Amino acid sequence: MENEPAFFETSPKPNVVGKPLNRVDGRDKVMGRAKYAAEYPLPGLTYGVLKTSDIAKGRVQSIDTSVAMKEPGVIAIFTHENLPKLAKTPNDADGKKAIGAPMGFMPLTSDMIYYAGQPVAVVVADTFERATHAARLVRVNYAADKPIAAYTNPAAQLFNPEKIQDGKADGHTRRGDAKTALAGAPVKLSATYTHAINHHNPMEPGATTAVWEAPDRLTVYESTQGVTRTQKALSTMLGLPQEQVRVITKFIGGGFGCKGSCWPHTVLTVQAAKAVGRPVKLVLTRQQQFTSMGHREDQTQTLNVGATQDGKLLALVHTKTSTTSPWDNYAEANSKIINLLYDCPTFESSYELARANVMTSTFTRAPGEAPGSFAIECAMDDLAYQLGIDPIEIRLRNYAEKDPSTGQPWSSKSLRECYARGAELFGWSKRNPKAGLTRDGNTLVGWGMATASYPVHNSQGTARVRLYADGHAVVQSGATDLGTGTYTVMTQVAADSLGLPPEKIRFELGDTKLPTAPNSGGSVAAGTVSSSVYAAAQDVWERLTKIAIKDPKSPLFKAKPEDVAMENGRLQLKASPAKGEDFMALMKRAGLDDIEGTGQGKYGAGYETGRPGNPAGPNNNTESAGKHSMHSFGAHFCEVHVDPQLGTVRVTRWVSVHAAGRILNAKTARSQIIGGSIFGIGAALMEATARDPNYARYTNADLADYHIPVNADIPDMTVEFIDEHDPYINAMGVKGIGEISMVGVSAAVANAVFHATGKRVRDLPITPNKILGTKAV
Amino acid sequence: MNDFTYLQATQAKEATSAVRDNKGAAFIAGGTTLLDLMKLNVENHDQLVDINMLAFKGIEPTADGLRIGALERMSDVGEHPLVVQNYPAVSQSLLLAASPQLRNMASIGGNILQRTRCGYFRDTAFPCNKRVPGSGCPAQDGENKGLAILGTSKACIATFPGDLPVALAALDAVLLLENAKGKQRRVPLVDFHLLPGNTPEKETVLEPGELIVSITIPAATHARKSTYLKVRERTSYAYALASAAVGLDVQGGQIRSARVALGGVGTKPWRSPEAEKILTGAPATEATFRAAAAAAVHDAQPREQNRFKVELAQNTLVRALMELAKA
Ligand SMILES: Cc1cc2nc3c(=O)[nH]c(=O)nc-3n(C[C@H](O)[C@H](O)[C@H](O)COP(=O)(O)OP(=O)(O)OC[C@H]3O[C@@H](n4cnc5c(N)ncnc54)[C@H](O)[C@@H]3O)c2cc1C
Ligand code: SF4
Repeated sequence: MENEPAFFETSPKPNVVGKPLNRVDGRDKVMGRAKYAAEYPLPGLTYGVLKTSDIAKGRVQSIDTSVAMKEPGVIAIFTHENLPKLAKTPNDADGKKAIGAPMGFMPLTSDMIYYAGQPVAVVVADTFERATHAARLVRVNYAADKPIAAYTNPAAQLFNPEKIQDGKADGHTRRGDAKTALAGAPVKLSATYTHAINHHNPMEPGATTAVWEAPDRLTVYESTQGVTRTQKALSTMLGLPQEQVRVITKFIGGGFGCKGSCWPHTVLTVQAAKAVGRPVKLVLTRQQQFTSMGHREDQTQTLNVGATQDGKLLALVHTKTSTTSPWDNYAEANSKIINLLYDCPTFESSYELARANVMTSTFTRAPGEAPGSFAIECAMDDLAYQLGIDPIEIRLRNYAEKDPSTGQPWSSKSLRECYARGAELFGWSKRNPKAGLTRDGNTLVGWGMATASYPVHNSQGTARVRLYADGHAVVQSGATDLGTGTYTVMTQVAADSLGLPPEKIRFELGDTKLPTAPNSGGSVAAGTVSSSVYAAAQDVWERLTKIAIKDPKSPLFKAKPEDVAMENGRLQLKASPAKGEDFMALMKRAGLDDIEGTGQGKYGAGYETGRPGNPAGPNNNTESAGKHSMHSFGAHFCEVHVDPQLGTVRVTRWVSVHAAGRILNAKTARSQIIGGSIFGIGAALMEATARDPNYARYTNADLADYHIPVNADIPDMTVEFIDEHDPYINAMGVKGIGEISMVGVSAAVANAVFHATGKRVRDLPITPNKILGTKAV
Repeated sequence: MNDFTYLQATQAKEATSAVRDNKGAAFIAGGTTLLDLMKLNVENHDQLVDINMLAFKGIEPTADGLRIGALERMSDVGEHPLVVQNYPAVSQSLLLAASPQLRNMASIGGNILQRTRCGYFRDTAFPCNKRVPGSGCPAQDGENKGLAILGTSKACIATFPGDLPVALAALDAVLLLENAKGKQRRVPLVDFHLLPGNTPEKETVLEPGELIVSITIPAATHARKSTYLKVRERTSYAYALASAAVGLDVQGGQIRSARVALGGVGTKPWRSPEAEKILTGAPATEATFRAAAAAAVHDAQPREQNRFKVELAQNTLVRALMELAKA
């Protein structure tokens, strides 16, 4: 391809890509200077508070705002009766398609109630406290119907959707004749796995500050993983040209998928700000967070495995049943990873959904891969024990040399190396092959492992580099930093691409005024944005080369552009590097204070094929468009101590080894893997939102009763990466690591619990009530 | 949350009469239970009477035990050498509770008065007999994994969630109370909390305006040889699924006296005279402990999701006794 940048090589100077650079925004964060969406003290700022529905299904019969309106400081109260109409809503098929973002329903558009916690009013007041108090005084009369709480309700109607996950994945997949292969398989396993409702629970809840700069021009400070996706959704719903809406997200306090879409509270804040003619800030309470930005759905999967006596897979048949909302067909695509992780000749999967009175579930870190890997990785473990084969050995016997789901070769795969290195670091060879035999005082000790994998989703983005003649550069891309290190790694990539020390570079992100970048979701940000930055730097060098070869005073005068290279900030002849000059000298002579370059980075199939990537983020349907199947791989190893009498499971050792292309920063990458592993340990051992079966309402919507791991639950973790060079995936050779870090984690824990106790728990989370009754062997 | 007025009391009388004379008033100590429930609109007070200036302080030995002022903070009591040495179960119950930040704020008087974590109680969108008498108890057939198996009623199965009161119940602690007339009375901790019966909204014997002044715990061998074991879903910062406060005086392999209370499973801190009866005079063996544990949960009435607590409570109790017997 003509304008394809060369593959990135680290520059000898400053040579910072891959190094454990400290976070460039770390100091601002600890000093409280990093501003989050709810921290912009705008003149005339007012405070919005949601009043949410007590019932899960029915109608609002009447709303009385008269008492609340009399409270001091109350500016306005909006309900479905007086909120100005939107140009488009997702409530009809046209609107949903136009908005594009996976928001299926906009509340306050009628008197209908579909889920508990649905907003029924927005109160705006001059202080947060007054708005909160007034919201309580709004009196709502409901006509309640009996809700359906989940797919487990006998009254729930199950259906097989054609498409799931917002239309991005198929509801039914077949490869070969799995059912016949299963029937004839000498070894058969069948097991059912359940997964509790999980909530993302980022530290920073959903937060919006909306300011109308003019009647048709809006700025929104938003806690989102994608400023552009929010901009598009808002402009469509408001009926404004896209450029009239500016979305700014300089910092966010975690997202994990729940901030990957534009949700109703953001739109309501914008509408309220317009109506009151003043900026409005609205922050979800923790309780509201549980019903406002999606969750991982409650689900049951059944996996049937057919294999030979020596452990070679013959058939995999997978079904999943889960809960979705009244208006969306959302289910995580669990079957994808099951279809590709091992070399198995036949495969079949299908999905079943039940509509219930709940907010739509949404992407949650490794959507599909995390629970899907729980099923396949526990099944592989079961097969290993049943046949007396080591769990790693059985995985090697089924090692997929190409992607079984597409037949494509892998762009790169270093899973064997991950197994080997992980086993070595963990001491796997000392494992007792029998379960339930290792005691330590009152506890049983178990070791487990599991495979991890995550796709390189198809995506693209842009960046701009402005290089100043004084040796500084400003680099920009409208990406978001979820707290994971985007600011830092892009500074490193820019430094090596420009031959400048990182201190001389300022990387800016999180603004729709900047060049467009994809959502930070689906693990695409690091690879897409770094490739864009690299391409923009290349563009700067090309422009400078053009100037140099036309400048009689330049040592490069009349050289051919293809003979010129940039090295450490110098333009020089490839053949005789002594012949060349510093960019600063060149720019000064040309009378240039600065020079700009832009670049488009592609990630995944779009890079290999040259066809468009998906600017809005992962689009699974275009993923197999190239010649290669693109995935990162890894392995987790876990030791647990299980107290069979008290039911407690404690993770006491952890090793993760991953191969994910080029690692941009050894320190932030390690933190990502640790964070994802902890996220997975939470799902494995304690995270579960309880939804009352009769009221379809959560009963533990706070962080005291919805348990996430605390420090004492987590041991010291060993993390390593296998070096990988992958020229097919993007110009940087980067595969994302935000999600693979949690894939396989719950299975590694469950497998360790089985090894400790001889009891297989297939119902997450593995809380004490599920361990009790285990006899010490 | 309601608008409320704030009164900082400097004399007990000022505080007790303010709360007696105004049904909407409440004492505030550390505020870690009270403000939480006010923000959730579960409690609505129009006046808060701050008692932190009152002289209900001090951790001092008395002729036959230890006296602890009701306004002492959980962390100070939990770490006090006299408590650590002579009442290890009390110290452990405090240090295994909540988080360091909360323990630094929370008073032990307030701790005894903390309210259930039943999710229905804490969300005003649900019916709940404890919050709105007569409205119903959705927990009976709902999310009841964390709720009680002992002392329950048709009206309410809410667990008393705290730790310290379990240790205090086991070790015969006595509360000193003072009412608005300045009259003081002593109430053993085991008689302080009420069973839900038909009136789950009434949780203690406190009269309107009555304050907890202090707590005394008698000295005893079974207090010095006591321990608190807490089982929870994560290693720290979680309420007990089940807990046991036990004290044993064992001589020559025979149990001379025993104290047993269970937490996380009862509608109030659950002292078990049934278990103590079996332990007293019996050999300190696992068989004895198992028999005692079976007696402790003999009357358990589990619901669908909390059935496991019948086994867990027994195992927790046996483990705690075993550890004490070994030590
Ligand atoms: C997230 C979280 C986790 C927790 N985890 C645990 C745990 O694991 N174990 C545990 O035991 N506890 C736990 N707690 C509860 C905590 O210990 C109590 O909230 C605390 O002890 C209450 O003390 P306070 O001084 O803050 O009481 P306040 O909130 O000030 O008062 C509580 C109640 O007692 C009344 N009151 C206070 N003092 C007196 C007095 N002297 N006389 C009469 N009435 C009085 C008040 O009017 C109010 O009704 C947790 C709390 C939170 C918020
Ligand atoms: S158990 Fe008690 S506190 Fe819980 S809902 Fe029932 S009445 Fe209310």
